[in-house]
Amino acid sequence: MLIKRPTSWTLKDNQVTDEKIYQQRRHLLKQMGFIGAGALLASHQASGISLFGDDEPRFKTHVLDYAEAQQQSQILTPETKVTSHNNFYEFGTDKSDPKANAQAFQVDPWQLRVDGLVETPFTLSFDELFKLAPLQERIYRLRCVEAWSMVIPWIGFSLNALLNKARPLSSGKYVAFETLYDPKQMPGQNNPFRGGGIDYPYVEGLRIDEAAHPLSFLAVGLYGKSLPAQNGAPIRLVVPWKYGFKSIKSIVRISVVDKQPPTTWNLLAAQEYGFYANVNPKVDHPRWSQARERRITTGGLFSSNRIDTQLFNGYDEVASLYSGMDLRQHY
Amino acid sequence: MVRGLSRRNIFWLKALIHLLSLGWALLTYYRAGTDQLGGDPVEGILHFTGIGAFNLLLLCLIISPLVRWSRISQFMQVRRLLGLYAFFYALLHLASYILFELQLEWQLLLSEIVKRPYITVGFSAWIILLALTLTSNKAAQRRLGRNWQKLHNWVYLAAGLIALHYIWSVKSDITQPLVYIGVLLLLLSFRKDKLLKLWR
Ligand code: HEM
Repeated sequence: MLIKRPTSWTLKDNQVTDEKIYQQRRHLLKQMGFIGAGALLASHQASGISLFGDDEPRFKTHVLDYAEAQQQSQILTPETKVTSHNNFYEFGTDKSDPKANAQAFQVDPWQLRVDGLVETPFTLSFDELFKLAPLQERIYRLRCVEAWSMVIPWIGFSLNALLNKARPLSSGKYVAFETLYDPKQMPGQNNPFRGGGIDYPYVEGLRIDEAAHPLSFLAVGLYGKSLPAQNGAPIRLVVPWKYGFKSIKSIVRISVVDKQPPTTWNLLAAQEYGFYANVNPKVDHPRWSQARERRITTGGLFSSNRIDTQLFNGYDEVASLYSGMDLRQHY
Repeated sequence: MVRGLSRRNIFWLKALIHLLSLGWALLTYYRAGTDQLGGDPVEGILHFTGIGAFNLLLLCLIISPLVRWSRISQFMQVRRLLGLYAFFYALLHLASYILFELQLEWQLLLSEIVKRPYITVGFSAWIILLALTLTSNKAAQRRLGRNWQKLHNWVYLAAGLIALHYIWSVKSDITQPLVYIGVLLLLLSFRKDKLLKLWR
């Protein structure tokens, strides 16, 4: 048996093609404009491998207008994998559940409330989510606590842009986030057997200086379009130097608070998941090693990539946020 | 009426077991190899082979109660085959873990076996299944005499260890492992006298 073991970022044909198709598609979309593009995308999706028959509801995304990220050398995780391999327990605990169960998810109308210790609390509607700040693309690595990772082209704006609009008071020390609680739409929330034993709604939090860091991002889209339901539509957090579970999905509330807010996985198993959850190859999960990760790209079993995990997922610019802190203790 | 299975019946039953066990594995590895097994084919394969091995082992443990109820002793003739396939799947599971998850980092394999309780437990079960497989033929049975049964009673320990390995390996959703543990306890309860004797 021939086992390929790529040690570095050797480009493989199929992966390059993937990227190329994405770029071509983007080019076409720009030329055709919004309506034509929608039709093109629809036909593209219909031709892909789909679990859904034509009469099944399918979650609708729309094409976004945004500033493109600069060219970068990392191989993107293909869109089909980004949108079919998800941890979103509100829609079931298997990786394939969210895509299967979230297609009828209603995100419009939506309300995102921004409140707490701020000068000007406000609420954003679905449309306003896409207009709060100019949209930009950011290509980030996402490292899951389960030791796999992806590279994803997100679209959105800095969390800081939203905080600046609300103007936190000096007494505000942390930012708390909350996912929609709607058991009618989210089967994992109305059945303890399907939701992984989590006490819903899902909540997360950041220290305010972490939240204000330019890397902290609110995503409203990926791969050129608004977010699919299974990826946390209509708006989700992306904190690329922390394990994926910090990047809370389908947010309805962002509050500035004075005390460290409770966070879902920490409540569930405090000895396994800390408040900080910074990616750190030296601090293992009690049950598995965090030293390496499996990068999910194109290709099957024989092209699987195992790479070293980097401290802060390679985003060294955040290190100063934690100077003087014992990262073993504050895992 | 004499209840029982003809040689022919047994032949077809065995053929079915071969076909399903091998066919399912081939199909799943083919799908994993061609990137049709979900977002992360490595995880897909580890789950498939792990669950497959556990399923086959439980089937193996159903045989003797089944013989008792049905009074069809010939079912006994497929038990060894099921046991061998349980080990075959466990072999695929371990081999896939080493090849695709660890990508042949032997050092890491050793340290994971020592450091991670759920891997330690899985490995112990694997060693037991290996020993049972190597002594599963008639010759070994004759050679070991009364010790053969003693050795093969370890299958109950292996099943318990695998259940523990399973529930320990999941992140938070323990529904399915609990169902498996329920089935295992039921199968063990049919043998409670024997197990109590072993205990003492
Ligand atoms: C050295 C021996 C073993 C190693 C290194 C090992 C490794 C693993 C790993 C890494 C997982 C977790 C996969 C994941 O969640 O991503 C797993 C799960 C599992 N293993 Fe093993 N294993 C071993 C032996 C066994 C044996 C002997 C059996 C059964 C006969 C078994 C049955 C299972 C089952 C049922 C699961 C759960 C699959 C699931 O979550 O769907 N393992 N094993």
